[in-house]
Amino acid sequence: MSEDLVFGLYIFALATFVGYQVIARVPPLLHTPLMSGTNAISGISLVGSLVAAGAKHDLISSVLGFVAVTAATINVVGGFMITDRMLRMFKKGPTPKDSRKGAKA
Amino acid sequence: MQDTLISLAYLVSSVLFILCLRGLSSPEQGRRGVFLGELGMLIAVLATLVKKEVISYEWIVAGLLLGSLIGTSISLKIPMTKMPERIAFSHAFGGLATALVGITEYHKLRGLFSELVVHAPVAGEHTINRLTMGALGFEVFLGSLTFTGSIMAFGKLQGVITGAPVTWKGQNAMNIGAFFGTIALLVYQVAFPESAPTWMFVVMCASGLTLGVLAVLPIGGADMPVVISLLNSYAGLAACATGFALKSNVLIISGALDGSSGFLLSMMMSKAMNRSFANVVFGAFGTAEGTAAPSAGGPAKSFNEATIEDAAAVLTASQTVIVVPGYGMAVSQAQHAVRDLAAALEKRGTEVKYAIHPVAGRMPGHMNVLLAEANVPYDSLYDLDMINDDFARTDAVLVVGANDVVNPGAKTDTASPIYGMPVFNVEQARSVIVLKRSMNTGFSGVENELFFLSNTMMVLGDAKKTILGLVNEVKGGGGH
Repeated sequence: MSEDLVFGLYIFALATFVGYQVIARVPPLLHTPLMSGTNAISGISLVGSLVAAGAKHDLISSVLGFVAVTAATINVVGGFMITDRMLRMFKKGPTPKDSRKGAKA
Repeated sequence: MQDTLISLAYLVSSVLFILCLRGLSSPEQGRRGVFLGELGMLIAVLATLVKKEVISYEWIVAGLLLGSLIGTSISLKIPMTKMPERIAFSHAFGGLATALVGITEYHKLRGLFSELVVHAPVAGEHTINRLTMGALGFEVFLGSLTFTGSIMAFGKLQGVITGAPVTWKGQNAMNIGAFFGTIALLVYQVAFPESAPTWMFVVMCASGLTLGVLAVLPIGGADMPVVISLLNSYAGLAACATGFALKSNVLIISGALDGSSGFLLSMMMSKAMNRSFANVVFGAFGTAEGTAAPSAGGPAKSFNEATIEDAAAVLTASQTVIVVPGYGMAVSQAQHAVRDLAAALEKRGTEVKYAIHPVAGRMPGHMNVLLAEANVPYDSLYDLDMINDDFARTDAVLVVGANDVVNPGAKTDTASPIYGMPVFNVEQARSVIVLKRSMNTGFSGVENELFFLSNTMMVLGDAKKTILGLVNEVKGGGGH
């Protein structure tokens, strides 16, 4: 049991570190797409919901699982779609004003 | 063998999620990143469906279909001005999903409902160990807190619940008490995972739901960027706890990514307001004393009220213009009009830039998304540090529905509640045009000296109407 915990904490610590490094590079310009993007990714709880809904334990589990699957799917599908919709809107000007690229120094 | 393949599939998904976030480091690569994220999610879902625990598909298919239907229709229809609401809404769903997964898992292991119904514990095929109990506890507590907290944030953004902070005496003591009470329950359940009464689990869940409401109630509208980021972080941590409970690494990794993203954003937002986390969460900005506080100026200071024609004359005479948008631009949906005005000015040879404050609006990046929607190229949007020295060399600044982020008092007035917050040096420009609905200080109750400076012109009224008027003047009346 404690081995599971330590192993999980390893993964957690490393993932948090990677997340921090990757997200620190996201310019403020894209903070809203970042939020909806991470939101879609955290819809990964869909994986847990699918097991809950499909394990056929009893009716209560199935119904709760069904609601969880629905909620997580809304986030996954909606999150990715709206992130893409937002990113499509970001366009560069016709002529670059100066050598600056993107935003955030 | 099959289990190994499923685990490998999850590994691929995790890597794709990291690449997805990496793509968001620039607008050009963003869409490719989103595609990689979608691919990762598809792989994870398919891998889960072939798991041996999954034996029936009818509830799964129903949920997937319903979820996709709702998700798609929301994403296609929602206007960009409603993005903060949508984000809050989706955090609520994220919290709900994780809380329900946790409750189902607990029910499977301990028989949460069967005890009430048949009075017999579930057959002892499963046991619950301390790690699982602790993880489930965190998951359900954080999930339910995120669920109600996000619904409250949504309500405040929508105006269903008052945007003003709601406070009462002993509020913090009560919240902190409830929080530690819940932790005590959790500790007991972790200590005796097999024998702890199931009502403790139910109480913990209820306490999460209640605390979500109580924690967001005292937070004012202007602090929403921090709250939304914080809820983002909680939703991630709840997913992480699910990963510990179900021993699923992909959940731990994705939850950690989401959690660190939300945490980083809330740190940035707090810093942009020069306030600590604790201050946002427990401080309840602009409470009863706040509204009474701004007495420094004495009664009715005079300000220059200008007409649309006056403002247009200043703009047409300017070589350089910086637009400072704020929440007011989102409220009056003026982003397209702003774009038209900039186009009309640019046609006359005027250089137009936009200054975007990190906490302008109701969520991180709010203004950028609105202006991008109105086809403003993103390379004319500038951050605080990039543009703040330019104001002194600028002919005219156009403030569209922004207030605190252009308040010079934040630099000079030590008594101001926003003292120390980094603000734009708009007052250094030759002239400042402020578009504002009225001279009210609003519920934050902070008076803004900028409005009373001699080089400031106040144009009162709906921002969108005013800007459309300005466009007309600049195009026609200004003459060329």
